[in-house]
Amino acid sequence: MTEGKKALLVMGCPEVPVQMSMVIYLAHKLSHAGWDVTVAGTDAAVKLLKAADPESYYVQKMVDVDELIGEIVEKKIDFDICFAFMHSDAGMTYGATFSAISKAKPYAVVFGKNAEALGESIDYPATKIVAKATHNPNPLKNKIDKVVL
Amino acid sequence: MSCIEQMKYKLYLERTSFKEARAYIEKNSEEVYYVDPGYKLFKDYYLIGVPPVAIGVMGKELLFTYVKPCHGAFVMGLDSEEEIARLRENESEKVKKSLKKGGLTEKTESGMKPVSFSEMYKK
Repeated sequence: MTEGKKALLVMGCPEVPVQMSMVIYLAHKLSHAGWDVTVAGTDAAVKLLKAADPESYYVQKMVDVDELIGEIVEKKIDFDICFAFMHSDAGMTYGATFSAISKAKPYAVVFGKNAEALGESIDYPATKIVAKATHNPNPLKNKIDKVVL
Repeated sequence: MSCIEQMKYKLYLERTSFKEARAYIEKNSEEVYYVDPGYKLFKDYYLIGVPPVAIGVMGKELLFTYVKPCHGAFVMGLDSEEEIARLRENESEKVKKSLKKGGLTEKTESGMKPVSFSEMYKK
């Protein structure tokens, strides 16, 4: 049963197109399965998400990623699962941080031109979902669809 | 935006990987302490990083990593005797000191002048 359980999706830098598409897709998929979904990101990433989903049809809860880290550290909030989207070293560093501060089961969603190398560099405990996808979301979507929650 | 960006900081390394930033701190600090990600510095900055996260001390200056999702990792320096004292006090609890005895004697110069984030974003 996933009813009432909390899922967190952490967006990295929004410069790679597949990220926003897959965040909306996964948020919708998780909500349909009964998860309470929160999406965290930088100011730019959250603005992109709000522009794409103006009536919050797909994503109801959006938060600033750095403020959320503070709230988790201060034990004001936590999650059951966490998907950290990343295509760069900085994104991976954020994923490692969430893995360390939260009790949520961590997933690393790795995409972009250097997805394979970045995926191999991940040495913190996380289930890796890796696909070399930049413009075409389907390779990543197919990998996400195989995740059993 | 964290309060850190409003403070009088120096940037020793910019737009690099987290591991390179950590290595810089380890090589260029008199004392090195290791903390968990989420360690709180100053008023509202929680350290982002892959464990172990290094914090260095150089005289009165604290050297630490600062990560921005679209810009990579930076090594930032800020004078703070209070934060240095807190690191030393908490050493046995949640902060681990480097095994280096007395730190390194040789210091590597970054070779770059400190810049501000506001100048960087204009590029």
